[in-house]
Amino acid sequence: MSGVIGKPMPRHDAWAKARGDVVYADDFSLPGMLYGKVLRSRYPAARILSIDTKKAEALPGVHAVLTAKDVPNNETVTKFGQSRDVGSGFEGMYRVLADKKVRFMGEAVALVAAETERIAQEALELIEVDYEPLPGVFDPEEAARPGAYPVGESESNVIARYRIRRGDADEALRHADVVIEGTYRVPFVDHAYLEPESGVAWLDENGVINIRVSTQVIEHFRGVAAVLGVPHNKVRIIGTFAGGGFGGKEDITVETYLALLVRKTGRPCKMTWTREESILSHSKRHPYVMRYTTGAMADGKIVALKADLISDAGAYVYLSPWVLMYSAVNATGPYEVDNVDITAMTVLTNNTFTSANRGFGAIQPNFAYESQMDELARRLGIDPLEIRRINCIKKGSTMSTGWKIDRYVALPEVAERAREALGEPTSMPAPWKVGIGVAVGMMSYGRLMFLHDTSRSHVRVEMDGSVTVRCGVPDIGGGQSSSLCQIVAEELGVDMSNVNIYVSDTALTPLAGTTTATRQLYMSGNATLKAARELRGRLLSKAAEMLGVSSDRLDLKEGSVIVEGETRRLPLVKVIAACANEGQELFSEAQFNAPFCEVPDLSDIKGQIFPDFTFGAHAVEVAVDTETGMTRVLRIVSCYDVGRAINPLSAEGQLEGGAIYCMGYALMEEVVMDRGITRTPSLSEYLIPTSADAPDVTCIMLEYGDGLGPYGAKGLGEPSCNSIAPAITNAIYDAVGVRIKSLPATPEKVLRAMKGDL
Amino acid sequence: MTEGYAIELTVNGRQVSAEVRADETLLEFLRTQLRIIDAKSGCGKGDCGTCTVLLDGLPVKSCIVLAASADGKDVKTLSGMQNEPLVKALQESFVTHGAVQCGFCTPGMILTAASYLNEHKNPSRDDIRRALSGNLCRCTGYKKIVDATQAVARRNE
Repeated sequence: MSGVIGKPMPRHDAWAKARGDVVYADDFSLPGMLYGKVLRSRYPAARILSIDTKKAEALPGVHAVLTAKDVPNNETVTKFGQSRDVGSGFEGMYRVLADKKVRFMGEAVALVAAETERIAQEALELIEVDYEPLPGVFDPEEAARPGAYPVGESESNVIARYRIRRGDADEALRHADVVIEGTYRVPFVDHAYLEPESGVAWLDENGVINIRVSTQVIEHFRGVAAVLGVPHNKVRIIGTFAGGGFGGKEDITVETYLALLVRKTGRPCKMTWTREESILSHSKRHPYVMRYTTGAMADGKIVALKADLISDAGAYVYLSPWVLMYSAVNATGPYEVDNVDITAMTVLTNNTFTSANRGFGAIQPNFAYESQMDELARRLGIDPLEIRRINCIKKGSTMSTGWKIDRYVALPEVAERAREALGEPTSMPAPWKVGIGVAVGMMSYGRLMFLHDTSRSHVRVEMDGSVTVRCGVPDIGGGQSSSLCQIVAEELGVDMSNVNIYVSDTALTPLAGTTTATRQLYMSGNATLKAARELRGRLLSKAAEMLGVSSDRLDLKEGSVIVEGETRRLPLVKVIAACANEGQELFSEAQFNAPFCEVPDLSDIKGQIFPDFTFGAHAVEVAVDTETGMTRVLRIVSCYDVGRAINPLSAEGQLEGGAIYCMGYALMEEVVMDRGITRTPSLSEYLIPTSADAPDVTCIMLEYGDGLGPYGAKGLGEPSCNSIAPAITNAIYDAVGVRIKSLPATPEKVLRAMKGDL
Repeated sequence: MTEGYAIELTVNGRQVSAEVRADETLLEFLRTQLRIIDAKSGCGKGDCGTCTVLLDGLPVKSCIVLAASADGKDVKTLSGMQNEPLVKALQESFVTHGAVQCGFCTPGMILTAASYLNEHKNPSRDDIRRALSGNLCRCTGYKKIVDATQAVARRNE
């Protein structure tokens, strides 16, 4: 072993990015390239009576104007990389261009390809669409009532309902010493990655449509092929280094539009969305209304938890049923409760559609249950850490679904360590008051087990001892590909700089699955580890033969085979040459399979549906200006059991980034929708934290080594942003005695709550 | 819109003569006419800072500067400053501190940091935070970016 695992090290791609050399999606151009643009609906709900494209088509420089009738299969099924059919409950309709009814403002109605972007824009303005505005429905609870405005054509507005029951919650609540009730609301949130959606597509000499695109899911090549009605092998997706994803590039963005325009014109085509277009038309994080009741005994033991969760799916299904499944299973949080009743529902409305966003349904109930826990502790006069000591799950505990946790649970240790590191409160002069808040969280890594998730990776040693890795992992900035290089360097005893990796190409790299669900280190890390170890075994057994020693005494280090307890070294290149000479394979391709399960009974979810959880906590100190309601987060401590930090710099990067990402969720971020109309379509209206807002995040990483990833690692990408929001609102309570139950906790809300006006 | 303006300027040390539209932004000019891609387009409204370039030595958001107004001026993007010691020091510091994740904000961030450190010798952490606050980053939470910038500032002391 070369000992690179666990060492903080620069990523293999960092220098290229620091020099500005990386060719992102929009940075790429081809000769003869056209520019694509999308005509978007001005109404959230309307009937399309007619579309006249003649004037647009007649504009010089315009090569294509397409509407729904030009799309071979305008309605297909939403897939998210899974190769398994998981049924209609989890696979909604994917409609490429609006047809009949428009369901949300910003929905794509027509496509244009032209010689320049400006001509394409001008052509959009010449397309005449006759709309008949319809009333629409914008509140999920209203949309769920009988007789509500139908968002779709024939489908019900209610797209999924789940229930989880354990024991008898109502009976237990009757005997509880204290009952805490609360309704919690969280808003629409944008991913606000700095790189808007973009791609370039072209037709190659084999008749294959190539799409070079910023995406988290190259497996959308299948969906694009289904829309075009061509074989899967006639569409190739090449994922670029993405300028951020966070779940927003998990759904198809520009891919299908580009494919249609290329197919129509035969010319290469580029499409890049404006920021406004991006905010209007890509998915949002689901708003939820969450009604919670928690019952406990005087000693702090929780005896019952009831929760009713309602999420706004927006105008199309996309990932809403999956996100809701996460919410239902996460609704009790990391607490062992004997009597549970969870009901969950997701409903179509004429708002922008909602889908994946870092935290994926785990983060919304986290705000609710951690607010309840804090309130319960206060009511009982028990320390917030103590109430978690009493109730947190541990190895061997049983979750609400009856799943018995069989791996190490670093609770409440993460909370205790975070709180301890925060130290004593800062004192600030009036009108500021300072408070401290703590919250814990859990989130799965790896996909829902009934998706039967797999990943593949290919490792090849070259004759000179350098190594080539090919793995279809989309790199969205989390160090997804660099950590694979590190694993290979470790196993084959070569320097990181001697490992080169090719990623994210459906034609040339083995399919590794989606960069979603915090799964790449877990899944592709394990696939790469498996491939590298197989190759390592082959090389060591040849070396053993050459050296005349048993292979278990050998190790690979610094480009050589070393013998335990001896000084002699055999250069790796000599072993490679010997293997090549005998015709031994100098490569290995491996597949890693996650644990599988079947789709559960949705009216009574039972058992294990996630591979494992990552547990963490945030402790924060927040100052509140009692005159204005302004808040300032002074300090944040993030403590996680990371399993094993493959690259501590990258792991810290996730924890620090995750904390600030959802500090925005707690305090400032909201896509304001006013009866389906987005009122915050720019980064000067949709505010995300700047460097002036963000305090330093102190990271504490515990490494218990009991994760399912390579070397015992757990996933961090999404779990890292959990629990910061309730930690902040709990700190606001600690400072000024008001409990904010609706995010974001803006100065207006805090001030009104202090005045008893909320 | 067809009326062009002839401009002459220096871009990354090279003399450039070009024709631009009246409403063509400096960013569009750099990216589409000159194919300089290290200045990125993140918002088109001056909100995010990914398009930061130096105009006569001062950082500007090139998406809200008209190309015609750069006539006779000196424009530098990150790719034209790779040999400047302060830029190199910042690049190395960003790399070793893990301040680079998706990388989309990085060129603009490094240019802003370089320009600030050129003028300010002993900035505090909060000074650096304020100086960089016009350049958004969604990945890192900023700590490592501030660490990396501060490390270079200290070296200059």
